[in-house]
Amino acid sequence: MDTDTGEFMQRDRGIHPPAFTPTYKTSVLRSPRIPLWSLQNSLSEVTGPTFRREELGSLDNDLILNYAKDGEPIGERTIVHGHVLDENGRGVPNTLVEVWQANAGGRYRHVNDRYLAPIDPNFGGCGRTLTDGKGYYYFRTVKPGAYPFRNFVNSWRPAHIHFSIFGSGFAQRLITQMYFEGDPLIRNDVIAGTIPDADAIQRLVARLDMSAAIPLDCLAYRFDIILRGRRSTLFENKLQGS
Amino acid sequence: MIPSLPTLKETPSQTAGPYVHIGLIPHQAGFDIFERNFSNVLVTPRTRGERIRIEGRIFDGAGAPSRDVLVEIWQANAAGRYDHPADRQESKDVDPTFRGWGRTGTDFHTGLYTFETIKPGAVAGRHGHKPMAPHVNLWLAARGINIGLATRMYFSDEEEANAADPVLNIIEQPARRETLIARREERRGEVVYVFDIHLQGERETVFFDV
Repeated sequence: MDTDTGEFMQRDRGIHPPAFTPTYKTSVLRSPRIPLWSLQNSLSEVTGPTFRREELGSLDNDLILNYAKDGEPIGERTIVHGHVLDENGRGVPNTLVEVWQANAGGRYRHVNDRYLAPIDPNFGGCGRTLTDGKGYYYFRTVKPGAYPFRNFVNSWRPAHIHFSIFGSGFAQRLITQMYFEGDPLIRNDVIAGTIPDADAIQRLVARLDMSAAIPLDCLAYRFDIILRGRRSTLFENKLQGS
Repeated sequence: MIPSLPTLKETPSQTAGPYVHIGLIPHQAGFDIFERNFSNVLVTPRTRGERIRIEGRIFDGAGAPSRDVLVEIWQANAAGRYDHPADRQESKDVDPTFRGWGRTGTDFHTGLYTFETIKPGAVAGRHGHKPMAPHVNLWLAARGINIGLATRMYFSDEEEANAADPVLNIIEQPARRETLIARREERRGEVVYVFDIHLQGERETVFFDV
């Protein structure tokens, strides 16, 4: 059975945020109001871009070193690691995982971020890697800080790391955010709160993982990512050309 | 073998937020970090096919251009084949100089996005269906967009193929099909396809649940 060329199972939209979530104000004018047209997969959806290891630099997954200029960034040294799996529990190998985040003070290195916390001269705030043959990935970074954003006057984002993942087909494309276990800001976060299912929010919370911490050096958090699975194609004609 | 029931649930989506550029297009965020960057230029001098530019704006429900949207495209090569192992249209050649994927952000001032690419060929449709007219798959992520939006761009000069396209034809209202057709223009010898996207409103673009 092909594991990386078949059609994808229907996406369960009940565990995702809907487009229109008025508490998150920006979504109001940016949400389509007409239902999505459901499309059976064609070659355009079951295929997707592939990336090669040599396209990435050796420090691309090390946010402590990949923008270090005259020292290392300030903050809690942190490893974030986990598996990218599909809904069938299979590892998704060689897929591009990209991350971005604020620095330890909650400030982003971005022309549009005007928060008063300072830029860290040694921290870019982004990284990328390919999963290994079993779908495993890891990054090293400093733990991001919480920061305020203009939704309500006193809205704060919990510490989080943004993740972008490709999978093996373009219909698996996913952008999400990872939170940290025990953060009291998650409870009232407008963005996490766009997800209607409390259990689903918990699946975005990385767990402290002392087994991967490096003694006297670095803490670790574990964050597994699940992408859509491909379904079996028993008793069925294959997609033309596939 | 009886397929087992899925035991895992997909990770929920979250908005890409206003600073998506940092991670995915850091030059637009205002800094240089990676030796090699992904971009909106999909072609090399050796890529086969008609050179085209795709450009457009992405309008919100108030009619204003959204100026912080990540746009990615995925397309077949000039022969109509995707560079991916699931595409086994053996009669069509893979073009080793064409991955078929690119990304960019809408401009912080003008709201424009652009891609430099080639016009794709027609792609085989699902079994028993007609071929799909040449098209480009788009995926949008941004602040205020809670889960990435998938749509397709078709070409205004492919009227016959578009009329037979199995995807355009499932859209019930003909006027809504028009939201997926990019307008061909020629400017100083360059071929430009203008593809504006409306996130909501009277001209809301068709988005797909793929």
